Amino acid sequence: MTITTTEAPTSASTGTRPRRSKGRAGAQALRTIGLYIIAVLVGLGVWQLLAVKYGPALVASPSETLSAARELAADGTLGNSIIASSRRILIGWGLGVVVGAPVGLLIGQIRIVRLLLEPYTEFFRFIPPVAFVTLAVVWLGIGESSKVVLIFYTAVFIVTLNTSAGVMAVNESKLRAAASLGASRRQILQRVVLPSTVPYIVTGARLAMGNSFLTIVSAEIVAAQVGLGSLIWTSRNYGRIDWVFVGIITLGILGLVYDRILRLIAMRVLYKYGAKV
Amino acid sequence: MTKAIQGIDKETAPGGGAVAATTVTARGTEPAAGRGAALRVEGAGISFGDFRAVQGIDLDIPAGEFLCLLGPSGCGKSTLLSAMAGFIQVSEGTLTADGAPVRGPDPELGMVFQSSEALFDWLTVKQNVTFGPRMRGMSRAEQNGVADEYLGLVGLRHCADRYPGQLSGGMRQRVQIARVLANEPGVVLMDEPFGALDAQTRQVLQQETARIWSASGCTVVFVTHDIDEAILLADRVAVMTAGPAASIKSLYTVDLPRPRDESDPAALRLRNQLREDIGEEVRKAMRDQGLDDQLDREAKGA
Repeated sequence: MTITTTEAPTSASTGTRPRRSKGRAGAQALRTIGLYIIAVLVGLGVWQLLAVKYGPALVASPSETLSAARELAADGTLGNSIIASSRRILIGWGLGVVVGAPVGLLIGQIRIVRLLLEPYTEFFRFIPPVAFVTLAVVWLGIGESSKVVLIFYTAVFIVTLNTSAGVMAVNESKLRAAASLGASRRQILQRVVLPSTVPYIVTGARLAMGNSFLTIVSAEIVAAQVGLGSLIWTSRNYGRIDWVFVGIITLGILGLVYDRILRLIAMRVLYKYGAKV
Repeated sequence: MTKAIQGIDKETAPGGGAVAATTVTARGTEPAAGRGAALRVEGAGISFGDFRAVQGIDLDIPAGEFLCLLGPSGCGKSTLLSAMAGFIQVSEGTLTADGAPVRGPDPELGMVFQSSEALFDWLTVKQNVTFGPRMRGMSRAEQNGVADEYLGLVGLRHCADRYPGQLSGGMRQRVQIARVLANEPGVVLMDEPFGALDAQTRQVLQQETARIWSASGCTVVFVTHDIDEAILLADRVAVMTAGPAASIKSLYTVDLPRPRDESDPAALRLRNQLREDIGEEVRKAMRDQGLDDQLDREAKGA
């Protein structure tokens, strides 16, 4: 019996492949962008049709909204609103993440802490921030702190819950491996539990950002001089539907931008922690 | 030892201490350094609530021995290994390493897990290997030395700065082995470390394991359900009965020269004997699960 071996030709095909796949990736990206543009154009078209059907008293058309935005930008209202709302969101959300992540770690790691805090996290997460608007103003006044606290409230629970879920999902064999390699309890928490949980913390932070945008409008209902929420609420008093539209669309764009920035940072910094963003 | 049955020496464990009397015969390659620790298990049982996983385990594993725990799946091999690593406590009997009771995880008792999930994916291969030394506060220079030595031992120096996620399954298991050895443990416990690998990779890593073991001189307890793997690696093979409440059924001494040759007639004889021994337990387990083994018996009779 004879055995024949044939060597596969390798050199010929490898040369062209990378270039071709790069070209394909470029076409893919172009296709994605193209579809996004189509989706936005269709949306604008539907919006325009609705505006024509119901008239400017109910629906501001895209062009009316654009000119209203120019008007608000010119006198500085739009810029100031964006800055004021962004400041509240970033401070409240940042505090929420800074407090929520360690608390979540403790809840996930230490049974006693979990049992002591669980009744509260389970209770408060069902109460929307808007329910606390009145109390916040009564207790903290009409200054910045009442709004920041409401944003903090809306951010902190979701970060805590995600983090503690992440701690409980840490692979048992990683913990056992660390212990048997000689790590102390504290070292395990710092060197194994925390890094394993990072992807969950990032997810929690992103969800919290979304919640902060949901809350900012209600936080600014009462006694805010400036801000996107307050712009929307005061426009009603002037009967300016077009300004309301400007406020809503700005909120949406701002949220999208913040989420993209967060994703970008997360992708850069947390790549090695296995955070899928 | 008697040459009556060349290379094979079987003893049936009668549930008492007779197993401990087994003579360990000289092996082909003598370990280089005698840093292994002796493990001693006496009348050990492990229960989870009302469930008895294993019971009446007696094992005397001398320093430097390579012992395979062989048994049908679900028989409690891994449970017993977890107890040896200090992850769980025995509910009865005693378990000692070099005379001291095993009370918890200990760097002296290293564990190579079945799944490479046990690696730290956010650390590079090198950082994984130096994890133990780093926890003990070893200096950076010393850590570099350790990483170099043990990555060299498993042939992964060129992957030092990669992350586990970028490696193949076989390479990841090598990293696990290097990580454990970097702690210079007296006992290395291995829980079906090559069970998830393809046949070729598994074969290479089995040979590597034999080589590394003879170079390091540590005691190894290796859990497997692969008979060939056990014959290839072990000084002794402990066959476990089907669970629950599993115990050690019999103990074989594998007195074959190393490196082992699977086609050796003595190895083939041992293989058949082990297969029959385990087959009995597997059938028992299947009967317990309500599966009929009629076809099995017919096939055997034919």
